Amino acid sequence: MPSIITLPQNPPPMKAEAKNLSFFYGDFKALKGVNMPVYENKVTALIGPSGCGKSTLLRCFNRMHDLYPGHRYDGAINLMPDGVDILHKDVDPIEVRMRISMVFQKPNPFPKSIFENVAYGLKVRGEKNRSVLDDKVEAALKGAALWNEAKDRLNELAVNLSGGQQQRLCIARALATEPEIILFDEPTSALDPIATGSIEELIGEIKHKVSVLIVTHNMQQAARVSDYTAYMYLGEMMEYGETNDIFMKPKRKETEDYITGRFG
Amino acid sequence: MSDKHLSTQFDAELSSISTRVLEMGGLVEQQVAAAVDALATFSEAQATQVIRNEERVNQLEIEIDRDLSNIIARRQPTARDLRLLIGVSKTIGNLERVGDEAARIARTTHRLIASGTHGRHFPTTAMVVEANMANASLRRSLDAFARLDVNLAMQVIRSDNEIDAEFDGLLRKLVTYMMEDPRTISASIDLVFVAKALERVGDHAKNLAEQVIYIVKGTDVRHTPPDGLESAVS
Repeated sequence: MPSIITLPQNPPPMKAEAKNLSFFYGDFKALKGVNMPVYENKVTALIGPSGCGKSTLLRCFNRMHDLYPGHRYDGAINLMPDGVDILHKDVDPIEVRMRISMVFQKPNPFPKSIFENVAYGLKVRGEKNRSVLDDKVEAALKGAALWNEAKDRLNELAVNLSGGQQQRLCIARALATEPEIILFDEPTSALDPIATGSIEELIGEIKHKVSVLIVTHNMQQAARVSDYTAYMYLGEMMEYGETNDIFMKPKRKETEDYITGRFG
Repeated sequence: MSDKHLSTQFDAELSSISTRVLEMGGLVEQQVAAAVDALATFSEAQATQVIRNEERVNQLEIEIDRDLSNIIARRQPTARDLRLLIGVSKTIGNLERVGDEAARIARTTHRLIASGTHGRHFPTTAMVVEANMANASLRRSLDAFARLDVNLAMQVIRSDNEIDAEFDGLLRKLVTYMMEDPRTISASIDLVFVAKALERVGDHAKNLAEQVIYIVKGTDVRHTPPDGLESAVS
C-alpha cells in the first residue's frame, strides 16, 4: 500500500530523513521501504499497533540493531546538515550515538551518582576538566528540569531518585552531550500521570534545542506533544502528516480507524 | 475494517447521541409546522401548545450538551468521532434556535388573536408555503445527518436561496396589504416577522447541512459560495 505522506506547506529545516528504509531481522522484514522526514526543533511521533515497526524504525536512528545477529539495513537515513547516511557500514555507530541519543521506556540510570550519570557521556568523550564538567552537568540537569531537586544531592546514587526523576535524569544524561536528535521509546509508560505530565512538558522544552522522535502507545500523548505524526502498520509507513491533521482529519481510513479505536 | 469501536460502550454512546439529535430535530420540525398551522387557522390552543413544547426542546438541548461533555471527557474522541461531536454541538444549537422561531410565531399568533385581527385577508397560504419549504429543508438536513449523506446536504445548501426568494415575495405581498389598507399595518408587521422567522428556519437547516459535510468530510464549508461548494467538498 502506498504511504500517504503530507509534508507541511512551509516545511521547517530538515534534520534527518529516512529514505526507502527497510530493515530485516534475519529473514523477517520488519520495515518495508519507509520514507519519513524529521524536522529540526520539532517533535515527530510514531504511532501504530504493537509490532508495526515503530520501535524498530526509532532504533535504526541510532544503530541499536547493530548487535542483532543477521540484521540488515536497506535504504538510508541521512542526517543533516552534512547528509551523512548513518546506516552506512563505514559510519561508526558510536559517532551516530554522539549525535543522536536515546531515552528508554524504563528509566535506566547507571549505578552511579547523579553527577556521574550526567557526566558519563562527556567523560567518555574525553572531557576531564572539572569545571567544564560541572557547568555541563548543571546545564543538562536544568535542561531536564531536575536541577532544583538534584543540586543538593549530586553525589547520591541515582537509583534513590523517584521514577519520574530517574527518567528526567536519563533525559539530562542524553542532553549532556548536546545531541542533535533525541529518541524517546515510550518514555512515560512506566510513570504515573504527574511524572508523565512533567516529561511531556520537558519534551516541549527541549525541542527548542534538539529534534525529537518519540514512539508512544498513548495516542493522546502523541496528540499532546508532537508536531508531526507518523502512523505505521505492518512495517509500512501508512500516513505521515501534521499532528493536527492526523488527529482531526486523517487522509487514510486505516489511520482513522486506529486513532479512533476502531482497529481490531 | 470494521466501523465499530473496540469499545462497544463508546459505539452505544455515539449512536445514542445521534438518535437524540434526530429526536430533537423531529420535535422542532413539528413545532414549526404546528406554529404555522396555528397561525393559519388562528388557533389559540395550538399556539399555546407550541409555547409549552418549547420547554421540551430546550431541555433536549441541555441534555444532549451534557452527554457531549461526558463523552469528550471520558473518551477523548479523535478524527471523525470528534468531528461528529463538534457537529452535534453546533447542530443542537441551531435546532434550539429553530424551536425559538416556532415559539416566536406562536406568540405572534396569540398577539394577533388578542388584537382582534381575525383571519381576514392575510396571505396565510403563502406563509404556509414558505413554512413547508423551510420545514422540508430542515427534514432533508436531518435525513442527511442520519445517513451522513453529503450529496443531500449539498442540495439543502443550494436550495436555501429558494426560501429566501419566497421570503422576498411574501414581503412584497405584505407591503401591498399595508399600502392598500393602513389598518392592516400592525398585523402585517407581525407577519413580516413571522416570514423572517421562517426564513431563519431555512438558514438553520442550511447550517445543519454544513455540519453534516464537516462531520463526513472534515471540510468547513461555512461561508462558501454555492458555486464553490462542489470543489470545496471534493
